[in-house]
Amino acid sequence: MGIIRTEDLTYVYGEGTPFRKVAIDKINIDIDEGEIVGVIGHTGSGKSTLMQHLNGLLKPTSGKVYIDGEELFADKSRLKDIRFKVGLVFQYPEYQLFEETVYKDIAFGPKNMGLGEDEIDRRVRETARLVGLGEELLEKSPFELSGGQKRRVAIAGVMAMEPKVLILDEPTAGLDPRGRDRILGLIKEYHAEKGTTVLLVSHSMEDVAKTVSKILVLSDAKVFMYSDRSSVFARADELTSMGLTVPQVTRVFDRLRAMGIEFDDEVFSVDYAKDLVLKLLEEKRRH
Amino acid sequence: MIKDITIGQFFPGKSVIHRLDPRIKLLLTVMYIVMLFIAKSFSGLGVGIVFMLISFLLSGIPIKMMLKSIKPIVPIIIFTGILNLFFISSGDVLFEWKFIKITSGGVTTMVFMAVRIILLICGTSLLTYTTSPITLTDAIERILSPLKVIKFPAHEIAMMMTIALRFIPTLIEETDKIMSAQKARGADLETGSLIKRAKALIPILIPLFVSAFRRAEELALAMECRCYHGGEGRTRLKQLKTAPRDYVAVAIGALFIAAVILLNRFSPI
Ligand SMILES: Nc1ncnc2c1ncn2[C@@H]1O[C@H](COP(=O)(O)OP(=O)(O)OP(=O)(O)O)[C@@H](O)[C@H]1O
Ligand SMILES: [Mg+2]
Repeated sequence: MGIIRTEDLTYVYGEGTPFRKVAIDKINIDIDEGEIVGVIGHTGSGKSTLMQHLNGLLKPTSGKVYIDGEELFADKSRLKDIRFKVGLVFQYPEYQLFEETVYKDIAFGPKNMGLGEDEIDRRVRETARLVGLGEELLEKSPFELSGGQKRRVAIAGVMAMEPKVLILDEPTAGLDPRGRDRILGLIKEYHAEKGTTVLLVSHSMEDVAKTVSKILVLSDAKVFMYSDRSSVFARADELTSMGLTVPQVTRVFDRLRAMGIEFDDEVFSVDYAKDLVLKLLEEKRRH
Repeated sequence: MIKDITIGQFFPGKSVIHRLDPRIKLLLTVMYIVMLFIAKSFSGLGVGIVFMLISFLLSGIPIKMMLKSIKPIVPIIIFTGILNLFFISSGDVLFEWKFIKITSGGVTTMVFMAVRIILLICGTSLLTYTTSPITLTDAIERILSPLKVIKFPAHEIAMMMTIALRFIPTLIEETDKIMSAQKARGADLETGSLIKRAKALIPILIPLFVSAFRRAEELALAMECRCYHGGEGRTRLKQLKTAPRDYVAVAIGALFIAAVILLNRFSPI
């Protein structure tokens, strides 16, 4: 049994009003420990709603959520501990910064966990280094930083709690390509270093393809499929009809394959594609 | 969730009350309040009740909504009721025990005051139920606009009210989001002593203020980019026009006030 499991999880916004809306409908997922999973789906497919169930911020209308084998909402007093176990970084997390200094803001979560001074200090410095915030920034006010830096402070604030599961809701929204790559890179690095289970919510197939190994596709409040990268992208036509796109390079290489050129592997990133093409040309020249 | 609080309790409809000119509706509400305050006796209040009931029945607002509007002021009614009951000593003594003395005068005043407060709330709620907030601010602007000659910023005040109303739902949504985000970082908002709970609000209030200021700045900039420069020379999409029914309504209101004045003169109770 995986670290995250749901059973017929359903949530309805505005029950009993004219604005009733089923945001997620009978979701059954089972995610193994240590996995790095991309969650994709069109706007309004229920991604954020599902994520907020995984640390007990929303109470299911029906169905169950199990984290590490423990049922959420079975015992309300355990909820806070579960929130430390499942770290959730919201969409546009920089708007939740409030402390006088970056240091104090990152320390907010660990402090709420009741850790000792030394342990807090270690965690703050370690995560700051991990997300690429220099020592000199720690004593600055978070409101003086750039958008991308603020985003990294907010992510560090959750990482510093060292949760067993880290969920990031659209961590790259509104950033330029460089900021985006930087965030995705640090998520990958964090995953590699800590072995934490990571859920990465995104609109962008490109982002997801670069970062994760398995993909959960949501469509109209339901799970469309949960599988590894290549089997998801193999259903490119269905994804396109749902308003999602397969990464452009993947499409180009699918087309090349259809034209009879052999590749060993699915291609998800431009860098990898470049190497592949260069190798191919090299081989051709030698023949 | 905080979101469930309803503010701006407009209840859309097509009744004659909904269609009245908002300026006339404001005027009628003022007349109604005058009616309630000059009434000296229960019969005078009765006239107010009749006026209120007629408007209510015409408006087609469900009785449930009306009761909902009274609910929040029940504590005030009880509080003033108790004060009146114990501290007014006129008329016959009905009950006496140690220093507590209840008189018939106290009981009458208590009932009179309670009825008056309830009527006040019902009347003003009826106004907000049948008039959308935006229309209402429009009407206020028009009513205050003669004061522009003495440099009173009528348009600016109305614009401020409109913007405030527009952003209430946005701010509520934002509060909800920030609260969730801080809860995800282990913030405890529900337990602990009063001081601890007040302190726990800091992580919510600061981001909220920051984003409210940011929003205000952005909005101001956006308005300026679209050449907004205040009320001077501005025309409006929705012109307010009075119809015959508006004059009829005012006439009826005036008749009711006259009735109250007459009853004050000639009716004993
Ligand atoms: N607080 C709310 N009140 C009412 N309905 C809501 C609320 N939050 C979300 N919804 C509705 O629930 C559905 C799912 O929303 P959700 O935010 O989970 O989608 P999402 O997949 O995260 O979308 P996006 O990619 O735009 O972030 C949407 O149709 C939305 O309109
Ligand atoms: Mg979302």
